Amino acid sequence: MSRAHYWRVLAFFLLPAVLVYSAFSVYPLLATIVDSFYLRHPGAPETFNGLGNFYTLLGDTTWSKPFWNAFGNNCLFFLIHMVVQNPIGLALAALLSLPQLRLRNTYRTLIFMPTMLSVVVIGFVWQLILSPLWGVWKSFLVALHLGFLFGPYLGQEHTALLTISLISVWQFVGIPMILIYTALLAIPDELVDAATVDGLNQWQTFFHVKLPLIWPTIGLVSVLTFVNNFNAFDLVYVMEGALAGPNYSSDIMGTLFYRTFFGNQLQLGDKTMGSTIATMMFLFILVGVMIYLFLIQRRMQRYSF
Amino acid sequence: MLKSVTKIAALAALGVCAMAATASAGDLVIESWRNDDAAIWKDQIIPAFQKGHPGINVTFSPTAPKEYNAALNAKLEGGTAGDIITCRPFDASLELFNKGYLASVNDLPNMKNFSDVAKAAWTTDDNKTTFCVPMGAVIHGFIYNKDIFKELSLAEPKTEADFYAVLDKIKADGKYTPLVMGTKDQWEAATMGFQNIGPNYWHGEDGRKGLIDGTQKFTDAPYVDTFKALAKWGPYMGDGYKAQAYPDSQNLFGLGKGAIYAAGSWDISTFHAQNVNMGAFPPPVPAGAKDCYISDHTDIGIGMNAKGKNTADAKVFLDWIGSEEFANIFANALPGFYPLSNAKVEVKDEVAQSFVSWRGQCKSTIRDSYQILSRGTPNMENELWTVSANVINGTQTPEDAAKQIQDGLAKWYKPQQK
Repeated sequence: MSRAHYWRVLAFFLLPAVLVYSAFSVYPLLATIVDSFYLRHPGAPETFNGLGNFYTLLGDTTWSKPFWNAFGNNCLFFLIHMVVQNPIGLALAALLSLPQLRLRNTYRTLIFMPTMLSVVVIGFVWQLILSPLWGVWKSFLVALHLGFLFGPYLGQEHTALLTISLISVWQFVGIPMILIYTALLAIPDELVDAATVDGLNQWQTFFHVKLPLIWPTIGLVSVLTFVNNFNAFDLVYVMEGALAGPNYSSDIMGTLFYRTFFGNQLQLGDKTMGSTIATMMFLFILVGVMIYLFLIQRRMQRYSF
Repeated sequence: MLKSVTKIAALAALGVCAMAATASAGDLVIESWRNDDAAIWKDQIIPAFQKGHPGINVTFSPTAPKEYNAALNAKLEGGTAGDIITCRPFDASLELFNKGYLASVNDLPNMKNFSDVAKAAWTTDDNKTTFCVPMGAVIHGFIYNKDIFKELSLAEPKTEADFYAVLDKIKADGKYTPLVMGTKDQWEAATMGFQNIGPNYWHGEDGRKGLIDGTQKFTDAPYVDTFKALAKWGPYMGDGYKAQAYPDSQNLFGLGKGAIYAAGSWDISTFHAQNVNMGAFPPPVPAGAKDCYISDHTDIGIGMNAKGKNTADAKVFLDWIGSEEFANIFANALPGFYPLSNAKVEVKDEVAQSFVSWRGQCKSTIRDSYQILSRGTPNMENELWTVSANVINGTQTPEDAAKQIQDGLAKWYKPQQK
């Protein structure tokens, strides 16, 4: 293969992806960052404002209070996913990979199903289930003599975000499950057999042989969760509207960005402040992913089969 | 497989839409958020227009109310919006005009049919240019279930004391939800709560104009008292009202499970469809008040896309919207939306008739957050949604709520910084 031919082949395979990503990912991102350096004037062209928008966003309480409120809520949203969704995903994957399990594919499909449903459907269905007026959740709890646990979850400040987070966990638990399950399948039988010969039971085999081998996958799942959670918007918007009530208690970065950029009712959209919030979201995600790449991923030992 | 089929179907639909958008001259597309009224436009209003103007085809192409503003802005910026634009009142449309997306309608012959008050919501701050034809107003009040009132032998309450007495009786009986409203969607609390009963406290236009020129503050008695009245509503609002959304409220009253519904007049057609035997009463007057006031809000106008391909036909259509013929069709096809023109209109629907009859007894005003006051950050309308829901939920005191709104307003609004 001549050198020129090599480059041609390389371009043939790389160009489509480069073009699509540049047009639909890289360019909009850069344009957003550029927009965040400009100031909007009603009825007049925008002017360059340097870091002014960032000073406003972080320094003026009118902006900073909602911003840090959304950031805090978003951290909680992410924490709930890390503490609830990923361990459950891991446990389900471990159960699925048990050799004597029957109906494995049925379970896998059922657990993965909500991930494929539209968020609008999920929001609607869960609102119906949890509705204090006609929901089944109330009768279900009453039948179990747990009626005192019922409340208008989506309308109380201390329960709204938690409820939405758990619905999101229910929706997306299939993704960590599938990823970890495939990693478990890739572990050679020889290792498991050797562990059995050495007298380890199922539990010990899982914790001492399988788990160390799937840490890289769990790391990947955590990063995916982080990126998705800090970009989340749709579920809160569907369940609580653009104002992310009650009293902004379910407001996350995505909904704050949406209100600012597109406006809501009488609030007119503000392109430059919206872009400033979007840029901050991008920076948070960038820093988070970099911490993972440089501090965690590099230390991981990979077992080469 | 199924996914790819839906994708292809969606693409095909998009293609059809794109073709519709690049329609030839003689076709008009109406952008609107009134997806509830799509059938009425298609079956009644548009055919009536085409009887007199056979050469012009009109398509009504609505978006969901929640997405309308954002979607319309995107379409206008991308140059794909329809020729006719349904106008939200005040600033949202004013901004579109300032950006050059809406054209002036000053020169339409039928604009003489509208008073300055009717045109205020779609006129520039200097009163020189009107950019949308006023189409309709909505009136706030309370709709009640006549059968339940008869069963419990209750009469329409006139004063606040009567109102609470009636609610207490319904509550004591225990069979029905006394006051149907939820706080989950928040706008209900602000629109059917705060803006509904408030005008009686702040004396309609006096209070509204006082806030705009800075002679009144949100922390003054009338506004705090409005919140205090709202704070009493919670216990009457039925189980789980905190998680009750607007459609839940509509169903609760529509199914005859609730006695009194905090309403906007646009709800009338919804309840007619569910055959509710209903009546309506205006917001009860507080003790010692002589006059009554109602929120008679200029809610919907219609203008034309300045960059549209078919401005000549658009003008013909808009002028027809300003005519007496349209006013009569609109008032009767959409009971609960009241034409703003000076034309003689006969409203045939009994409930809609009783709403509009209050115009004769009480003084009209519009929602106080709509003109000028929602131009800054924090946005007053959004804040009102939030604090009104908080006050009803009992998580914020009336004084606190009023202070939050006043502080937010004083942050950016010069007349309030004195």
